[in-house]
Amino acid sequence: MEALLAPIHQHIGPLFGDYWPLVWALVRIVAIMGPLLLGVAYLTFWERKIIGWMQVRIGPNRVGPWGLLQPIADGMKLFFKEVLVPSEADGSLFILAPILAMAPALAAWAAIPFFDGGALANMDAGVLYLLAISSVGVYGIIIAGWSSNSKYPLLGAMRSAAQMVSYEVSMGMALIVVLMVSNSLNLSDIVRAQDHGRFASMGLGFLSWNWIPLFPMFLVYLISGVAETNRAPFDVVEGESEIVAGHMVEYSGMAFAMFFLAEYANMILVAALVSIFFLGGWLSPVGFLPDGIWWLVAKLCVILFLFLWLRATFPRYRYDQIMRLGWKVFVPLCLIWIPVVGFWMMSPFNIWK
Amino acid sequence: MGARDLIQSFSLGELRQGLAVTLKYMFAPKITIQYPEEKTPASPRFRGLHALRRYPNGEERCIACKLCEAVCPALAITIESAEREDGSRRTTRYDIDLTKCIFCGFCEEACPVDAIVESHIFEYHGETRGDLYYTKQMLLANGDRYEAEIAKAREADAKYR
Repeated sequence: MEALLAPIHQHIGPLFGDYWPLVWALVRIVAIMGPLLLGVAYLTFWERKIIGWMQVRIGPNRVGPWGLLQPIADGMKLFFKEVLVPSEADGSLFILAPILAMAPALAAWAAIPFFDGGALANMDAGVLYLLAISSVGVYGIIIAGWSSNSKYPLLGAMRSAAQMVSYEVSMGMALIVVLMVSNSLNLSDIVRAQDHGRFASMGLGFLSWNWIPLFPMFLVYLISGVAETNRAPFDVVEGESEIVAGHMVEYSGMAFAMFFLAEYANMILVAALVSIFFLGGWLSPVGFLPDGIWWLVAKLCVILFLFLWLRATFPRYRYDQIMRLGWKVFVPLCLIWIPVVGFWMMSPFNIWK
Repeated sequence: MGARDLIQSFSLGELRQGLAVTLKYMFAPKITIQYPEEKTPASPRFRGLHALRRYPNGEERCIACKLCEAVCPALAITIESAEREDGSRRTTRYDIDLTKCIFCGFCEEACPVDAIVESHIFEYHGETRGDLYYTKQMLLANGDRYEAEIAKAREADAKYR
């Protein structure tokens, strides 16, 4: 990869002089954001298709061939709509909220390694960065709920605050186990740590990824991830039948679209994190196929399909049930599993040496 | 909570059952009707756009008895009548406000001469509210245009009346 990029640095670099590092960073950011936002758009389309199929319908199929231009049409519609600001709303915060929801969802992608050495910022404290940035996302929702100066948005914001904080606890604890076995906070190192083991040397890499030895944590992280992104069946924040759309009630046009984009960007992010922490990131499942970004994308798609599948299948949790699952099931489970893995690593049966 | 319940809930047993059901239906044949190209069959009793019918000799059926106006629960029908040159009683005005109409079919049932009918047409629109205010000429034109289908639907349903 470095060899491929060397001519670019050599020939185009001097054109920008001292600004080249800045320009090059911007180019890489666009190279990540472009496909990501396209992926977000098509995730909404894919979701409608999958849910349609599962409900014995055929989903959107009118705009373009097989309905493939549907997300473009949706985007155009929202883009040309007016952004209404309610007269009683806190104007500047009201506009700031969707930006605050969107920015962390995109910023978190800086730390994601797409292939070996293919992260925008290869941080040694990448996991901490991700946890910090994804916690900021909740501010967008809370500020949206507060500045709308309306009942349902405030209820939605309160629910989302409580829910996201609760599930961050179990998410973080599940990550502690991953950190213990991979002995690093660097996302690339976490992926590389899954590349060796008895099965990896036999050419069956997918059996030495974290998801088998840490299966309970894999489930905890996956389910917490669904809750963290406020997706069905944990979508009490939006809860159509109860509080219409929660924090998004007063939003219209592009401001509304920003929340939507943030939700789906977060979904893709959580799917990427699950594949990096538990499914070996860019690693190939079998020895004779080369590693690469396509494996990360494939794993991501499987996880995203699972999210859509969950939404098509399960009814919404009641609010107290969500809290019970988070605090009384997941947190104790993690608290038990951390010492269990600790003893395992200290025992002669340690498989992570 | 017994051991069996614990195993059931931690192995996500019921969740897996639910997921299996939705996955099965994902590959099931779809029941969607692609509307403009495909349509569901309509009953001969279907109550759609109104029409005023004529006899085969071209004489309008309506005798201005105003039973439909009286029976209309939505007060959507307005009728004015006068004597024609040949001495018969005819309507000078027969308006149906489709924005008021609830398509109950009472006018059709009340009519002693089968003049006002509700046809099988449901694909019509108005771009302003006034477009859905149907006058006598418009209703007669509907009747002239769809007479064949209207007569066929009446005939199909006649033996059940």
